[in-house]
Amino acid sequence: MAVSESEESRKRGVVAVVEPAGHKLPLSMAGPGAMGKTGYWRTQRPVVNTEKCTGCYLCWLYCPDNVIEMVPGKGPRGQDIPVIDYDYCKGCGVCAAVCPVKAIDMVDESKFLAKEKEEGDGNA
Amino acid sequence: MAVNIKKLPKKPYVMPGHAACPGCPESMGFKYLGMALGDKAVVVIPAGCSSVIQGLWPRQGFGLPILNIVFAAAASTASGLARALKRRGVDAQVVVWAGDGGTADIGFQALSAAAERGEDIIYICVDNEAYMNTGIQRSGLTPYGAWTTTTHTGKRQFKKPLPQIVAAHRVPYVATTSVGYPWDFIAKLKKAASIRGFKYIHLHAPCPVGWRFDPSLTAKIAQLAVETGAWILYEYENGKLRLNPPSNRLIDPEKRKPVEEYLKLQGRFRHLKPEDVEMIKKEIETNWEEITRALKIQGDL
Repeated sequence: MAVSESEESRKRGVVAVVEPAGHKLPLSMAGPGAMGKTGYWRTQRPVVNTEKCTGCYLCWLYCPDNVIEMVPGKGPRGQDIPVIDYDYCKGCGVCAAVCPVKAIDMVDESKFLAKEKEEGDGNA
Repeated sequence: MAVNIKKLPKKPYVMPGHAACPGCPESMGFKYLGMALGDKAVVVIPAGCSSVIQGLWPRQGFGLPILNIVFAAAASTASGLARALKRRGVDAQVVVWAGDGGTADIGFQALSAAAERGEDIIYICVDNEAYMNTGIQRSGLTPYGAWTTTTHTGKRQFKKPLPQIVAAHRVPYVATTSVGYPWDFIAKLKKAASIRGFKYIHLHAPCPVGWRFDPSLTAKIAQLAVETGAWILYEYENGKLRLNPPSNRLIDPEKRKPVEEYLKLQGRFRHLKPEDVEMIKKEIETNWEEITRALKIQGDL
């Protein structure tokens, strides 16, 4: 059976509106990953040093991709610390540049992954 | 109106995984728009980077209701939308989120007409100083000397003084702001939302791709533009001009950083000769003189 576009869109969790003339229009709904996992674009990886972090929220405020979430009271000194969603972080480095205490380091993504793999093999 | 960063809404108005380039000032700015106006905002976006950033169906990267429309019709569409929502009794604030081409060049007649009619909308011009979405062509808001793909040796004309042009329409609120100062932008948006009539906000947005700088420097370059005096933060409230911090202390040229600091970070100014830098300095001086003169006439200086 041929699936009309509106039924198709309803299947994928997308609301289809019916306009006054009776046409069904597919609507895009806000949600993460409009362009897939944009973390694959990354060449530099931001790594948070929670010891240095003062919980000032500037990285959270400036992040253009909104991948930083502030977790209240989880820092070593009870401060709020940023947690980065690496699935979507594009690695632009704005967070590291605006950090007043330089608590975010930008490390090479390929080296980081190689190191992670090595450590993973060692544990296994 | 002071803004407490830690008390800003945590609700995401820009979704992770949208289609913007790394370090994009437009998605940064859109985040602040959501934080300031919340779910009350209805956004009209003409063609430009922001219509692409939303990404692909069935998802979209912005967390506000959006109507995408052609270049020339942004302000007129918003006018109709605002009137229709008012008639239906919906408590909403219609916002136009347009690029500099969609404001100063192609969408200008609709903007001017909506300002003249006094429509109850907020018009935000996201000024990244060229047509970035189509491949960095010059626009009316590209500054003197800047390289673009249509001005290989640098633009020979000056930037259109668009905030002053809109202020000349005698609208209740005109402001300039920058993505480097989110608290300033959020405070101005909140103020604009509390005023009835046509409001215009000019948002300075350094584009890493078009201006040829490292994506991590977006916020820093926006701040440098203000600190060197190349971009001035001010607002016209009912025709009365006021400088906003940090520009209010930069009225003394001694306190400004040298403009070379701002220019040398950007690849689009790499070819500049010393006489070009002099021209840029002269332009900055002229802009500040205009502001000083207006403040003197008001009796504020």
